[in-house]
Amino acid sequence: MNPILADRRARFGLAVLGVFIALAVLAPLVTSGDPDTPRDIVATRFVAPLTRDLFGRFHALGTDRFGRDVWTRLVYGARVSLTVGTLAVAVAVWLGTIVGAVAGWWRGPVSTALLGLTDFALALPRVVLLLLLAALWRPGAPLVVIVLGLTGWMPVARLVHGEVRSLAARPFVESALASGARGRHVLWHHILPNAVTPVIVAAALGVGNAILLEAGLSYLGLGVQPPTPSWGNMIASGRDVLVNAPWVAIAPGVALVLVVVACTLLGDAVRDVAAGPSAKFEVRNAR
Amino acid sequence: MRYLGRRLASGLAVVIGAVTLTFVLLHVAPGDPIERLLGPAVPAAQVEAQRHLLGLDRPLVSQYAAWLTRALRNDWGTSLVSGRPVAGLLARAWPFTAILVVLSLALSYGVGIVVGALQALRSRSALDTTLSVITVSLTAVPGYWLGLMLVMVFTYELRVLPAFGASGLDADYLTSWERAADALRHLVLPLLTLTLIGVGGAARFTRGAMLDIRDAAFVQAAYAKGLTPSRVARRHLLRNAAIPLVTLLGLSLPAVFSGTVFVEAVFAWPGVGRVLVEAVQARDYPVVMAATTISAILVVLGNLLADVLLTLTDPRVRTAAFSTPPPA
Repeated sequence: MNPILADRRARFGLAVLGVFIALAVLAPLVTSGDPDTPRDIVATRFVAPLTRDLFGRFHALGTDRFGRDVWTRLVYGARVSLTVGTLAVAVAVWLGTIVGAVAGWWRGPVSTALLGLTDFALALPRVVLLLLLAALWRPGAPLVVIVLGLTGWMPVARLVHGEVRSLAARPFVESALASGARGRHVLWHHILPNAVTPVIVAAALGVGNAILLEAGLSYLGLGVQPPTPSWGNMIASGRDVLVNAPWVAIAPGVALVLVVVACTLLGDAVRDVAAGPSAKFEVRNAR
Repeated sequence: MRYLGRRLASGLAVVIGAVTLTFVLLHVAPGDPIERLLGPAVPAAQVEAQRHLLGLDRPLVSQYAAWLTRALRNDWGTSLVSGRPVAGLLARAWPFTAILVVLSLALSYGVGIVVGALQALRSRSALDTTLSVITVSLTAVPGYWLGLMLVMVFTYELRVLPAFGASGLDADYLTSWERAADALRHLVLPLLTLTLIGVGGAARFTRGAMLDIRDAAFVQAAYAKGLTPSRVARRHLLRNAAIPLVTLLGLSLPAVFSGTVFVEAVFAWPGVGRVLVEAVQARDYPVVMAATTISAILVVLGNLLADVLLTLTDPRVRTAAFSTPPPA
């Protein structure tokens, strides 16, 4: 069996992520009706979970203050939250890999400058920067992706830099260079493929973090804008109706925690498996 | 000492860089405080005149120079929205944030280290598994959502704790003892929220750090010379696991500050985070600049503090080269 699948944490993480991704992709099939426009606000608002509204429609997770089905919004919100989280991490990994690889491979003033820039960006208070960037331009999903990517690449850069530095001293790199391969070719085709695992781990952990931050920005009204559902703005919309309709805030929060836990466990499992047989002990431990 | 001097210099560079970046972002971004302040009904000439009065029509560089010289003289200007001195605004707000940050860090590390150590000593037991599930969930919970859930339980269901603000409406009419009790009751939920979020990370880290060194030769030696397991745990395992923990503590200072931004928003806690969020939304330039400066200084001091504490806890670092960066 694949060593990753042998790990219970990885199986849990993959299962949860698989379910949410499937729901997000199949959103129109597993829900009924539009997530944004209600049928009759007065007649269908605050319907309790597992009951039917006056039109006979069943609401597994109830409805919100505009009579919109919470399950439908949760599923369409998964589309937004998962996409934004994944794209943000993709931007961060792309930027971080370039900066880290260049700084690790070509020593000299460029390397020093890039490393200095990384340390500088790492020392900036991320949430303050997020608030500024998100509040100053018109909020929306693309802005959140860019902002999270621009403020999240530094750990990846450090990681890749370290990996490239250590791999560059290995014999296979020397042999590739000795057989006449150009520096850039060696970097892309010999070194970076060997540095992929820690980046995957960082990305898995990063997706969870990015989804959390996206939700946080949306909660403050600086992220994805209503009526488009995102888990963060769904929690925000449930804030004022905690007393009479707690399900509006509970459902997206539970989904958020599940997905972030899944990302964390998957990242942990991949890291432990990649660390080799000596770490197997640890893997068993965590069960 | 020379090392410390170099670190201070680079920290200063980070603060200046952060402040400059904020200034540029603020002024380059669309949206203007004057338009927001005066509203759409005001003629354009009036907007221009007001902009001129506040010096917002001058070149960016000279505006920046003016701000910087005043800031260096500890003059932070007045808020564009409220017209009150920024220094007073932040002086009122920062103790509220500081008390949350300090108490929640102390509590979450206190509880987290005990939980993580317990897990490491009983690793692979049912207790370890249960606690692992709880701690990983706690690291995944968004603070504002946890805050809402706690409000739902303790304020709306049990009706035992207040949900909003730092003091009750009747605070001015209470005796000093009652007022202290009132303040404490208001502190409970925000503090509990921040602490719970922090416990997960601290516990997971302690568990990992202790398991990493469990099989090390010096630990085996400690057992071999007949020390009791509890003594080995306290004196040898935990003390060495404390080294990476100290680094984490310093590095988590900015994270906790970030956490307070959201938690303060949920609980209407009158701290720096809330001031910052409101100022950003209103384009209140002087307030944003001052709040950013403070948080940048806080982050730099946190990193510096971690390094200094690391030097104190780990004698090896004192002689070794200082080139190794702390884990990101």
